[in-house]
Amino acid sequence: MSLLVLWGVSVLIFAIARVIPGNPARVALGPNATQDQVDALAAALYLDRNILVQYAFWLRDLMRGDLGRSLYTNRPVTQDIAEFLPATLELIFLAAMLMIVAGLPLGILAARFRGRWPDHVIRVFSLLTVSAPSFVWAVALMLAFAYFLPIFPIAGRLSEAYSIPRVTGFLTIDTLLAGNLHAFANALRHMVLPAVALSLSGIGQAARLTRANMIETYEKPYIEMSQAYGFPEGRIARTYAFRPSLIPSLTIIGLDIAALLGNAFLVEAVFGWPGLSRYGVQVILRKDLNAIVGTVLVIAALFLIVNIIVDILTVLLNPRIRLGEARP
Amino acid sequence: MSALLDIADLRLSFRLWSGTVEVLHGISLSIAKGERVALVGESGSGKSVTARIVLGLIQELKGATVSGRIRFDGQDLGRLSPRARHALRGTEMSMIFQDPTSSLNPVFPILRQFREVLARRTPRISEAEARARATEALREVAIHEADRVLASYPFQLSGGMNQRVMIAMALANRPKLLIADEPGTALDVTVQAQTLDLMRKLVADHGTAVLFISHNLGVVREFADRTYVIYRGRIVEQGPTAAVFADPRHAYTRALLAAQPRLTGGALPEIAERDPAFENPMEVHP
Ligand SMILES: Nc1ncnc2c1ncn2[C@@H]1O[C@H](COP(=O)(O)OP(=O)(O)O)[C@@H](O)[C@H]1O
Ligand SMILES: [Mg+2]
Repeated sequence: MSLLVLWGVSVLIFAIARVIPGNPARVALGPNATQDQVDALAAALYLDRNILVQYAFWLRDLMRGDLGRSLYTNRPVTQDIAEFLPATLELIFLAAMLMIVAGLPLGILAARFRGRWPDHVIRVFSLLTVSAPSFVWAVALMLAFAYFLPIFPIAGRLSEAYSIPRVTGFLTIDTLLAGNLHAFANALRHMVLPAVALSLSGIGQAARLTRANMIETYEKPYIEMSQAYGFPEGRIARTYAFRPSLIPSLTIIGLDIAALLGNAFLVEAVFGWPGLSRYGVQVILRKDLNAIVGTVLVIAALFLIVNIIVDILTVLLNPRIRLGEARP
Repeated sequence: MSALLDIADLRLSFRLWSGTVEVLHGISLSIAKGERVALVGESGSGKSVTARIVLGLIQELKGATVSGRIRFDGQDLGRLSPRARHALRGTEMSMIFQDPTSSLNPVFPILRQFREVLARRTPRISEAEARARATEALREVAIHEADRVLASYPFQLSGGMNQRVMIAMALANRPKLLIADEPGTALDVTVQAQTLDLMRKLVADHGTAVLFISHNLGVVREFADRTYVIYRGRIVEQGPTAAVFADPRHAYTRALLAAQPRLTGGALPEIAERDPAFENPMEVHP
């Protein structure tokens, strides 16, 4: 099923990439190349052939784990992706964590103190964060906490002063593998602003959703039962009202996490974050066909992985699905 | 007589957008230790809110104003600190609801909820001890496969089974007062009768006082020592159950009895229309 979706995405993006006007070979070689050189490159890339033939060749290569060459970096696309993907994954992972560890508790707090000041503060916060896109937050945070108050670095993943051997590509892991805690802290400091910018809307969204679902749960007889028996209010909120409310929230939170992939494009651009999203923008501008298709394919695969994780969690958290409805 | 629960001139009003509405207009009601007292009346008459005021739940609602005096076990509840008030719930008083299955949390197994109830009396009770005490409590309600039931989620058990679990939970901490708000109305009639029978035996054994709320007069007649009849936020008649049923004096009580289809019938009493006689002063049987 998931593979089928991936295949569909590949066809679609393959077609779209080839419909964009302009000759990729000409763009790659620059204005000074002769027509003969351009034609030769086009032939090498099968650009002179029918689109179906092109797709067949591409699919054959894909089966061998080969996404073709990038005209822009002149390296295999797989190599480019391996270089840029970890930076993006690291950022998105941190942003998703922030979304969950900040958004859900804020929603719980708002629902528990519904109509009182914590609720009002959290609702204003949610409305603000949801109403502006993440790149706006990126610019605002950068100005506030890197420029006017230089607490965090302005751009990049790590200060020049450190040189860390690349093992996984995840700097937070590689610095630890190198045993360099200063570099680890430095890498984390670089991640803070982009990750917060990326996650702010998601935090607001998760808080709103959690609050709304919990308020519905608070009307249920089993919550009244727990109040009638004097269960501690905090436990009722965090456990007995939150857990049933999480199930309907999960799918949407999963979609929001997947949407971080898209939002990461502009946030990476603002913070000069050498990730896959920034790579994706550059290759699109250069009409670098193989690189475009490869990048989109990876992003689609990540989307699917997030969805699969959400499906698994839904089953784990919902005993009705896990155990079936059967009565003994 | 030393009453366990003594309610005097209880009034309740809600502030709504459209203004303030009073739903209880000065209710007085008392329950002796170990006594079973019924509160009957048609739906909307104020039975549930009375029960929830005794537990202190209504007082926490925004826009609700409660006045009057409630004494419980020698204490004036109105003067207790919120903390002391809260400490009574689930320990000295507990409650059984209309629909047992939806009154149990759907995403936690029974044992987890049972343990939380037991922890009201025994904070930090261990899982093993909770299991042992829950098993014991379930035995009292004739559940002998405690392990399976404790590991189950409410949706895996039948309504009657959940009702027994609720009864076991309600009595596990040996409360002095049990409030039963139309218990088991959602269950089918035979199962309801069985579980009520069980409940009556248990409260008699433990000497638990019961405030039994119902609109089913047949059930009330079986269950309660004394009966209060409530009509639109006022008590219109009270007395020993047998006396009230044998010799209903208030016009509303007579209408209620006449409207009751069968003794076991669970249907809502359909009282044709309002009648000025329903506003007559309260009748008290000796
Ligand atoms: N939270 C509330 N806000 C406003 N009105 C309420 C609220 N709870 C109950 N009422 C009103 O109080 C009256 C008594 O309700 P209730 O005690 O539930 O009746 P019943 O006798 O059927 O249990 C009803 O008219 C109901 O509409
Ligand atoms: Mg009611």
